[in-house]
Amino acid sequence: MLELKGLTYQVDNEGGGTTNILNGIDLTVADNKFIVITGPNGGGKTSLAKTIMGLYQPTGGQILWNGTDITNMTITERAKLGISYGFQQPPRFKGMRVRDLLELASGTKLTRDECCSYLNRVGLCAADYVDREMDTSLSGGEVKRIEIATILARPSGLLIFDEPEAGIDLWSFAKLTETFRLIHGRRENTIIVISHQERIIDLADEIVMVSDGKVVRHGPKEELMIHILAETGNGCDFLRGATCHDQDKEG
Amino acid sequence: MAQNKVDINLLREIADLEGTPKGAYNIRKNGQLVSRGINANIDIVTKDDKPGIDIIIKDGTKNQSVHIPVIITETGLDELVYNDFHIGADCDVVIVAGCGIHNAGDKKSEHSGIHTFYIGENSKVQYVEKHYGEGEGTGEKVMNPRTEVYLEKNASITLDTTQLRGVDSTERYTKIVVKEGAEAIVMEKLLTHDKQKAVSEMDVILAGEGASSRVISRSVAQDDSEQIFYPRMIGDGAGFGHVQCDSILMGKAKIQSIPAIIANHPDAQLVHEAAIGRIAGEQLLKLMTLGLTAEEAEEEILNGFLR
Repeated sequence: MLELKGLTYQVDNEGGGTTNILNGIDLTVADNKFIVITGPNGGGKTSLAKTIMGLYQPTGGQILWNGTDITNMTITERAKLGISYGFQQPPRFKGMRVRDLLELASGTKLTRDECCSYLNRVGLCAADYVDREMDTSLSGGEVKRIEIATILARPSGLLIFDEPEAGIDLWSFAKLTETFRLIHGRRENTIIVISHQERIIDLADEIVMVSDGKVVRHGPKEELMIHILAETGNGCDFLRGATCHDQDKEG
Repeated sequence: MAQNKVDINLLREIADLEGTPKGAYNIRKNGQLVSRGINANIDIVTKDDKPGIDIIIKDGTKNQSVHIPVIITETGLDELVYNDFHIGADCDVVIVAGCGIHNAGDKKSEHSGIHTFYIGENSKVQYVEKHYGEGEGTGEKVMNPRTEVYLEKNASITLDTTQLRGVDSTERYTKIVVKEGAEAIVMEKLLTHDKQKAVSEMDVILAGEGASSRVISRSVAQDDSEQIFYPRMIGDGAGFGHVQCDSILMGKAKIQSIPAIIANHPDAQLVHEAAIGRIAGEQLLKLMTLGLTAEEAEEEILNGFLR
């Protein structure tokens, strides 16, 4: 079980003050659930995910994973406890091969077949990729899919994916959602995905809406979807036409 | 071939040798010939006018190798050796050179190898060279190699040179003349540490139509070490040349990378890329999320980079 208690994260801003990114997040995720975190850009979703992995150190609050307080643990320690994180924009590595990265992720030497099976799950024709270098010869979408494959290769109890769909083509996306469905079907890991994609949201047991660094809604998918659709439909004054008319009148 | 532990280790480091090599070989230790093996296609002859050897490879020699490692275990030894490779036409051979110095004393040990390759038409050569230094002494370990390659029509060479750790000072010069349809690939890997200094200067001359060359230099400078690169790609004909220099800086190290591309022919196509920087924080973080410590992550990144 993952428990976040009063989690806050502040950063120093240019003016010498501080900006609150996370404003007291309270969230409990039960074992083997599939949670989608969604919400407006800049609302704190990625910061929340990075705080769980230890990529950001929270300013206050507590993170418990299976009852263990991991708030002050390093990234490495958290990773060893079985927490995995798929970056939204993964880095490239000159000279390191796709196989090397998969082996580092899994913690063991992998056969070619094993490498291929991880890559197939993200829609990559494995034979073409296993020995490729993780350098700029790979496209953004390819790097992203390899990133997800490294997470699949890791033995982990908690899988966090930050916008896995970003930069991936439609065909690979279909493969990816199918992979998520299969992993979740086994009920062996807790999955947290930051996403705005309806097809990913559709896989979720629960949805968490994060806005202004707070959990504004959290509940079963069926209940939350109604609110999400209602709020996104009315969210923009421009689309409602009000602002433009008002401005015209003022001008 | 009697060898002690130091010799065995040096030979393993520089030539992956565990005993007598297959194919032709010439093993030199402390300035003296230790053993030599030749065959019907490959002859090795000691020069009579200056120190060194001539390696003569007959036309059409394929799938054969020549090992010519040099090891130095005597402190204060300073040697200059001329090795000339005469490779006939239509060959396909692997040449493994390399120098290992074990300096247990307080005097400078230095090896300067001057290698010249004359490679016949349509021949393919892979040249692998490793430089390595070790030893508990305070004496410097110095290697100043000079490599010249003359590629005839449609011949090719891959120069794979590696110097990882242990060499206090190196000044390397490489010159390659690439004739019509020939190809030269240079892969240079270098890691310096402590107060080591390394200079690598290179002239690749694309002399004929369809000549091509790629120079890939990857280096890591740690601690207070210093590196300078001067790769120059010169298009005297309608050839294609690409120079790529990537360096990782660590500690207080300094690197200068000064690639030059010089076109003396209107149809020469030349590209250079050069980058110097520290290991990206994102790379370390990514590997840490896979369970590696920061130190392990750094090592993996360097291993991949210098593969």
